[in-house]
Amino acid sequence: MFELLGIPPQALFGQVLLGLINGSFYAILSLGLAVIFGLLNIINFTHGAQYMMGAFVAWMCLNYLGINYWAALVLSPLVVGATGIVIERFLLKRIAHLDHLYGLLLTFGLALIIQGLFRNQYGSSGLPYQIPPQLTGGQNLGFMFLPNYRGWVVIASLVICLATWFVIEKTKLGAYLRAATENPTLTQAFGINVPLLVTLTYGFGVALAALAGVLAAPIYSVNPNMGADLIIVVFAVVVIGGMGSIMGAIVTGFSLGLIEGLTKVFYPEAAATVIFIIMVLVLLVKPAGLFGRPA
Amino acid sequence: MTELASTEAPAASVVAETDDSTARLHRTLFIAIAALLVVAPFVAYPVFVMKVLCFALFALAFNLLLGYGGLLSFGHAAYFGMASYVSAYTAKHWGLTPELAILAGTAIAGLLGALFGSLAIRRQGIYFAMITLALAQMVFFFSLQTPRFTGGEDGIQAVPRGKLFGLVSLADDRALYWLVAAIFMGGLLLIYRIIHSPFGEVCKAIRDNEPRAISLGYRANQYKLAVFVLSATLAGLAGATKAIVFQLASLTDVHWSMSGEVVLMTLVGGLGTVFGPIAGALVIVAMQNYLATLGAWVTVVQGVIFVLCVLLFREGIVGVIAKAIKKPL
Repeated sequence: MFELLGIPPQALFGQVLLGLINGSFYAILSLGLAVIFGLLNIINFTHGAQYMMGAFVAWMCLNYLGINYWAALVLSPLVVGATGIVIERFLLKRIAHLDHLYGLLLTFGLALIIQGLFRNQYGSSGLPYQIPPQLTGGQNLGFMFLPNYRGWVVIASLVICLATWFVIEKTKLGAYLRAATENPTLTQAFGINVPLLVTLTYGFGVALAALAGVLAAPIYSVNPNMGADLIIVVFAVVVIGGMGSIMGAIVTGFSLGLIEGLTKVFYPEAAATVIFIIMVLVLLVKPAGLFGRPA
Repeated sequence: MTELASTEAPAASVVAETDDSTARLHRTLFIAIAALLVVAPFVAYPVFVMKVLCFALFALAFNLLLGYGGLLSFGHAAYFGMASYVSAYTAKHWGLTPELAILAGTAIAGLLGALFGSLAIRRQGIYFAMITLALAQMVFFFSLQTPRFTGGEDGIQAVPRGKLFGLVSLADDRALYWLVAAIFMGGLLLIYRIIHSPFGEVCKAIRDNEPRAISLGYRANQYKLAVFVLSATLAGLAGATKAIVFQLASLTDVHWSMSGEVVLMTLVGGLGTVFGPIAGALVIVAMQNYLATLGAWVTVVQGVIFVLCVLLFREGIVGVIAKAIKKPL
């Protein structure tokens, strides 16, 4: 077996893969945050809790209703997205006219409520979720062993990200969305139902988070706290990438996950902080973010 | 322009008059707070009062930044917690007297504030909040990964309260109480002075309209950084004192939930009011004491208070009172 820089390739590529998987969650979550921020002008602090809800709904589907992974992959985002629509209609709408800091505080409070409720019900030790039988096992690629499920997560995430990019940048619906982001009043004057668009956008962003949660469930255990720390890293990702560009969010998410994975191999002590350190460097060199437009 | 000039003279005298009565009211309030501080240890459990005072000072420091600088920091636990660690460490391992340990913690918090503040003010609004949160999370991981300094999951326990100036033993709760009360009162007066100084007025101008303040020749970023450093330093003072009071510095102090708690205290008490954070800290600390047995439900209750405050009670306790008596508090 050959070695790269003194690291056995198994360990190296294993971490690279895990980094890519984390990166795909960063990408999906920051994508959702960016879409929501664009239209609602709110930083959705509940995003981490909604990611966690996605994983839990999948777990509940399996354990209470016997619904398998593949159905949960569709069902869970729909259910969590629906709760998002309720939140938008009954709570966020009321503070839409206020300073954006209130949106941050409100969604932070919601995150505390949701995480607290799940912790009361399920404890914080985490619940196992089996890898679906179709995706157990793995491929021997010669230089590494690729577990099928992990490969699936990376590919599925890429497809989700690119599909979102396509919808927003290339379809009529996406054009409405971009128009409403740019100038909601004028867009409404052209006969487009902007309030409905806002509600659906929030629901969609939340559903994306839930989808990431379902994908994560078999890899990490289903845990009420799984989104709490993740969301802070995603905030850093958003600061690094800037929220101006969809493709920027995707690229930033994946590459930061990759960098984090590599740091775990070469300098594990810094693995937890490397993204924050990159954020500091980006702030020093390019304060508006890599893909951001200067304010 | 002419309209403004014609009403200037009478308006000025009205302002002076209300300013006078407001100043009188504030003076009365300060005397009332001082009197309460003297009475409190005899009617309430001193450790509880000290906890309220530490968190009240923390919330006051936070409110200085948000209420008067218009900057929402979601990472104030970093300064509070780091000061708590430094104060506990120097008191325990270097044998510093409590006042020096508190000063050391406060100074480190100020330095950290200068470092993080200069990074965070490079972005505005929502990004500012996210950056401060991310930087604070970095401090959390640092604390988690340096158990030789922070004691890791155990924290720094059994911090000696020591002797004030090497003379007066603080082992007794009552003795320590007077030190904490003095620190709190000093912090409150300092913050009041800052808010009502020319510097504070410029900060408010920047909060209300940054481009305008810049066009008037004020270097907005320098003011923002200064108010950030002041806020971080005072948050550090609160954290360092807390470490001596509870003889403990732990990961809880640097965790993001601590940053959330201080936001909640300020929001409940009244954002941008001088005295609001004190009321907010009292309410939240009392609530945590009564609900301590409920475990994770405390988080839920805090979340509910957050949501209700934002939806229905944005002025906060003191804000509502100030509105009712038509005077700034």
